[in-house]
Amino acid sequence: MSAIANRIKDTASGVRDKIQRKGKPTLSFPLRSLSNVRYLPKTGFLQLRGKKKTRTLTVATVKTFAQTLRMMSTAKTLVEDDEIMTKREAYYVSKNWDDARFDEQPESDTVLDDIEALFEVNREQLGFIPEEKGGEIAGQLIVVDRQPDTGKPLRIDCTQFGSGAYSIPISVEHLKFETKAKFILAIETAGMFQRLVKHSYWRKANCILVSMGGVPTRACRRFIRRLADELKLPVYAFVDCDPYGMFNIYRTLKVGSGNAAHINRYFCVPNARFLGVTPQDIVDYKLPTHPLKEVDIKRAKDALKNDPFVQHYKPWQQAIQQLLDMGVRAEQQAFAVHDLNYVIEHYLPEKLAAAKSFLP
Amino acid sequence: MGKARKKAAASKTGAVHTKQKKAAAKAVKKTAKRTAKKAVRKSKKAPTEAVPLPLPELQVPSDERRATKQPVRHATAEDMARGQREISVAEFFTKNRHLLGFDNPRKALLTTIKEGVDNSLDACEEAGILPEVKVAVAPGSEEDRFRVTVEDNGPGIIKAQIPKIFAKLLYGSKFHRLKMSRGQQGIGISAAGMYGQLTTGKPVSITSKTSRSKPAHHYELEIDTKKNDPRIIVDETIDWPVQRGTKVEIELEAKYQKGRQSVEEYLEQTAIANPHVSLQFVTPDGQVKDYRRATDQLPAEAREIKPHPYGVELGVLIKMLHDTKAKTLQSFLHTDFSRVSMRVAKEICDGAKLYERARPTRIARQEADNLFKAINRTKLMNPPTDCLSPIGEALILAGLKTQIGADFYTAVTRPPAVYRGNPFQIEAGLAYGGSLGAEGPARVLRYANRVPLLYQQSACAMTKSVISTDWRNYAVQQSNGALPSGPLIVLVHMASVWVPFTSESKEAVAHYPEIIKEVRLALQECGRRLAVFIRRRRKAAESQKKKAYIQKYIPHVAIALREMLNLSERQEQTLVAQLTDVLERSRA
Repeated sequence: MSAIANRIKDTASGVRDKIQRKGKPTLSFPLRSLSNVRYLPKTGFLQLRGKKKTRTLTVATVKTFAQTLRMMSTAKTLVEDDEIMTKREAYYVSKNWDDARFDEQPESDTVLDDIEALFEVNREQLGFIPEEKGGEIAGQLIVVDRQPDTGKPLRIDCTQFGSGAYSIPISVEHLKFETKAKFILAIETAGMFQRLVKHSYWRKANCILVSMGGVPTRACRRFIRRLADELKLPVYAFVDCDPYGMFNIYRTLKVGSGNAAHINRYFCVPNARFLGVTPQDIVDYKLPTHPLKEVDIKRAKDALKNDPFVQHYKPWQQAIQQLLDMGVRAEQQAFAVHDLNYVIEHYLPEKLAAAKSFLP
Repeated sequence: MGKARKKAAASKTGAVHTKQKKAAAKAVKKTAKRTAKKAVRKSKKAPTEAVPLPLPELQVPSDERRATKQPVRHATAEDMARGQREISVAEFFTKNRHLLGFDNPRKALLTTIKEGVDNSLDACEEAGILPEVKVAVAPGSEEDRFRVTVEDNGPGIIKAQIPKIFAKLLYGSKFHRLKMSRGQQGIGISAAGMYGQLTTGKPVSITSKTSRSKPAHHYELEIDTKKNDPRIIVDETIDWPVQRGTKVEIELEAKYQKGRQSVEEYLEQTAIANPHVSLQFVTPDGQVKDYRRATDQLPAEAREIKPHPYGVELGVLIKMLHDTKAKTLQSFLHTDFSRVSMRVAKEICDGAKLYERARPTRIARQEADNLFKAINRTKLMNPPTDCLSPIGEALILAGLKTQIGADFYTAVTRPPAVYRGNPFQIEAGLAYGGSLGAEGPARVLRYANRVPLLYQQSACAMTKSVISTDWRNYAVQQSNGALPSGPLIVLVHMASVWVPFTSESKEAVAHYPEIIKEVRLALQECGRRLAVFIRRRRKAAESQKKKAYIQKYIPHVAIALREMLNLSERQEQTLVAQLTDVLERSRA
C-alpha cells in the first residue's frame, strides 16, 4: 500500500523540482486506446504498446493539471488511511476545491482514469471504488471472506442462496475459495442465470454459475480470474450471438479492454473459452433471429480491422464473417423456442461434450 | 433658351457641367446620325418591305407631311416665338429648389444654417478673425415654421453690398477666383432667403457692422424672383452692441429633428474639422449647446491661384483668349495660367504651329483648338499647392478628441495631388473604441473644404473609397461591399480650390479616380496605425485574461504539492510565485 503512496510522492516531487528549476512540469500517461495495445498469447491479455501522451503544465492545461494533482493528493490520503471513496464521492470531495472543482462527474472520472493510468494500477488500489454491481455467483463454491468489523474469517457457501445468489464484492483480493466444481460458466444475462439457478443446473453439471450482467465489471473479471487461477478451473462464456456479446463482453472478459489496458494484467481471464452462442449454433439449432443492426455491423467490421485479439485468431475472423454473411443475430434465450428448458437439457450438455471445439 | 438662362446655367454649374452637357449633346447628335444611316441602309436592303420604318419625327421629309391630310394645326415658328422668354435664375431655382438642398423641410433647415455658417467662417478666416458663430433655431410665427439666426464676429459687410449678397442669386466673390473656400458659387445664402420668402412670405433680415466706430446697418430684403434682384423692405441704421459682425435671420418652413443629418450633427462635425471655431447653438426649446474651440490658431490662409492649363476646357480657353489683357499669345499663356514659363509658353505656341507674338484676341476658333491640343501635349509642372490649406494632422486629432470620446485617434494629411489641373489634398482621420457604439457600420464624416457633407453619402467618392479599402487587413470587421463595422469613426477631408460636387447642393464629391486613390491611400495609412493599436489591445486583453486564468488555478497546484510533500506554507507560496513566473513567460 505505502508503495503506491511513495510513487505518488515521487511523482509530486518530480513536478515540484521542475517548477523550482523554472521549467514546465509534465505528467505522462499511457495512451488509452485499442491502437496502443497488442495481444500476446503467451500472457493472454491486451498489453500496452508504450505509446504515451505527455501533459505539460501550460496556460491551457493548468486547470486539468491542478485537478489531477489534487486528485492524486486525495488518493495518497486514501491509501495512507486505508480508506475508500466511490467515484461519486470523489466528485463531491472536489467541491471543496473552489475554482478547481469539477462541474460534472464525467470530468472527475476522466481525471481518475488518468491517475490510474499514470501509476498503472487499478483505481481500487488507489482507494477509489466503483459503484457498479460486481456480478452474482451461484453453485459449487465456498467463499472465505472476513467479518468487516471483527475481521474474523467468514465462510460463504454459494449453494445456500436458494433462488437468490451471492454478490461479488467490489474488492476481491482478500477472498479465498474452496470448490469441487469442474468448470465456471459465465453468463451474459440475468434471465438465463435465473433459469439455470431455478433448475439447480450447477448441481447437475457440477459447476459455478456467474451472472455477468452485460460487460463484466472489473470486480467480476478479477473474481473469475482468481477462481480460474487458484482453483485451476476452465471458464466458459455463454453470451448472445452478436458482436456485442462476442467482443464487448467475451473479449473484455478474456483479454481486457483497450481503454483500461494498464490494468488488463489483473482483470482478464486468459483461459476463458467461448461456449456460445456461435453463428453455427444458429444454424444447427434453428434459432429464431433478428437482423443485425447497423451498430452491430459496424462493431463487427471494426473488430475485424482493429481488434488485436481478433486479428490473432483465425476462427474468430471466420465466425465474424459467417455472422456478417448471415446478417442476423440471436439471443441466448432464443432456445426457448423449442422448450423452456431446452438449453439445460440439450444445448449446454451437447456443447460441453465438445469443449475442445469452443472458440478461443 | 434665353441668353440669361444659358449664361446662368453655364456659370452656376461651372466647368464640370459644361463638359458633361457637351458630351451629352454630342452623344445625341451621334445617335440621331446613326439611326438615320441605319434606316437608309435597311431600306436599300429590303426595298419591298411594306411596313414603313418608324423614323424619328425629325427625319420625316416635309413634303411627305404636307401630302398626308392632318386635321391638327401645328404651331409655327412664329407661334412658338410668342411663348419664348427669359427665365431668371431665381425663377429657375424656385422651381428646382432640390438642386440647392431644399428638398424637404428638414433638409431646408439644415441647408439654411449650413449656408449661413459657411459664409460666416469664410469671412472670418479671410479677415484673420477667430470665428465665434452663434446659431439659433426658434419657433416661428406659425407651426412648422422656424426662425433661424446665424450671427458671427466677422468683418461685417459694407452697406452697399448687403442687398446683392443676400437677395441676388449668383452674386459673390468666390466664383471668379481659384481659391480654397467653403462657398464656391454665390448661391447659398440668397437661395436660403428665397426659400424662406417662398414658404413664409417673410423677408430676410440682415444686421451688419464693420467696425466699432461705425453704426450697424439693418436690412430687410426680398428677392424679386423675376429679375433676380433685391427688393428692399427695411433699410435703417440701428444700435448693435457688438464690435463687428453680421447677423442673418431667416424665417422658413422647416422641421426640427435630432439624430442623423440633424443640425446638431452638422455643428458637431463642423467643430471637428474646424477646431479653431467656437460654435454656440440655441435649440428651439431654449437649450444652449457650446462647441468650444480646440485651438486658437487660425488655419493658414489659402492663396488664390491662376488656373492650371490642364484644367481648362476649350470653351474657357477661347473666353480667356478673348478677355485677356496680354498683348501676345506667349505672354497670355505665361501670365494668365500657373506653371507656364515664357519658355514653356513658346513651346506650346510652337506645338500649335502658332506665332508666339500673335494677338490673343485674334486667335480664331480652329487655332484655339490647336492651342488647346498643344497645351495637353506639353509637359507641365503640377499646379502650385500653397493654394491649399489642409486642417493638418494635429488639428484633426484635436478636433476629434474634443468632440468624440474614443480610445484611439489618428490622422493623416496626404501630400497635395491634382485632378484635371486642380490641386487638391486629402486628409483622413480615425477615432476608435471608447464611447462609440460597437455595433453597426462605422460613421463616415465627409468634409469638403472643412464643410461637413451630410447627405448623399452613398453617392460620394469618399464613401466609395472607405468601402473599397480592405479594413479586414486592419483588424476591423467589414462585409463585402459595405462600410467597415465596429466602434469606428472615419473622417475624410478634401481641400481643393475647386471641389467637384455632383450637384449644386454640394452633398457628394464626384468620382474622380485621382481623388478616390488619394482617399484610399490616406485611409490605408490610418488603418495601419489602427491595426497596431487594436492588435496591441487585443494582446493585452488576452494576456490579462491569461493572467487571471492562471492565477485561479496555480494555487491549487501548490496546495496539492504541499499536501503530498508535506511542505510548509512558505514553500507553497514560493511554488505559486515560481509557477506564475514560468507560465507568464510562456505564450498561450
